[in-house]
Amino acid sequence: MHELGIVFYIIRDVKKAAEENGVSHVNAVVMNIGEVSTIVPDYLTDCWRWAADKEDMLRGCELRIHTIPAVTHCDGCGGEYATVEHGRTCPLCGSENTWLLRGNEVEIKEIEV
Amino acid sequence: MDPVRVIEIKKSVFEDNDKDAAALRNELRHKGIFLLNLMSSPGSGKTTTLIRTINLLKDKLRIAVMEADIDSDVDAVKIKEATGIPSIQLHTGGMCHLDAEMTRQGLDNMPMDDVDLVILENVGNLVCPAEFDTGSSCNAMILSVPEGHDKPLKYPLMFSICDVVVVNKMDVQPYFDFDLDKCKEYIRMRNPKAQVIPISAKTGEGVEAFASWLLEAVKNWKQR
Repeated sequence: MHELGIVFYIIRDVKKAAEENGVSHVNAVVMNIGEVSTIVPDYLTDCWRWAADKEDMLRGCELRIHTIPAVTHCDGCGGEYATVEHGRTCPLCGSENTWLLRGNEVEIKEIEV
Repeated sequence: MDPVRVIEIKKSVFEDNDKDAAALRNELRHKGIFLLNLMSSPGSGKTTTLIRTINLLKDKLRIAVMEADIDSDVDAVKIKEATGIPSIQLHTGGMCHLDAEMTRQGLDNMPMDDVDLVILENVGNLVCPAEFDTGSSCNAMILSVPEGHDKPLKYPLMFSICDVVVVNKMDVQPYFDFDLDKCKEYIRMRNPKAQVIPISAKTGEGVEAFASWLLEAVKNWKQR
């Protein structure tokens, strides 16, 4: 539900990076989005299209999403498991003493110019 | 056609905001101003809770309130009329949350010289405000009985970043399937350190406990 807000942040950062590199138009932005980052990829690309086309530098610019699978580490047994499938309880030993290793990313990976 | 050039960025979207927030927190620390970021769903009773709490604390602390909403100034007016303390209204221009930069702009428009505690009433929303650090000294949230005791499971990030969870509207608990023990258990699963304070902003029950918690939090922070 906050994808449009996130898009404004992406636009700000991309424009800054493009200006720093002396680029006048960006063709594509590649994002790393974690599976449990609370971002809905479809909403993000929809909001992107609407907002990016209002910027000369980003008109027609494609937003590509690279999904990062979420992995949780278990302090109980030292194992790692898929977060989306099993949640916070370790399927290997039943411990709830677990923490997210990756999958929370909302990151601009690269831009194509 | 020019060959495609790839520029690696590798930067979190939240990075700039996190830096702004850290800078603001530092600045407020130097000025001795405690910033409470209060979050909740729309209609959980934030404003009513604040009015009761402020009236209990206004002789002990110099308080100011910053209301953030997408539109209107009903909350800021209500606070000013019911408590007599300075309050300003921020409009987020459609944004679902307040970030550190917007918080700073709000603070710049307030009389900050004689203030101990600024309460920021964030936009009613359990998702986005949790992701954007405002630069606050402390995060608090209100969960109200009609919302249900399962919310800590559904909005884990919000519950994991809060130092205190106020459970409001306890007076209507008999009419809802709200289990306070389950709620506490779910909050502890997400955040073992969070304090849980049940209140009714309508009857006033429990508000004193929240006011005392806040007073202590401000005192401890000032001594640090």
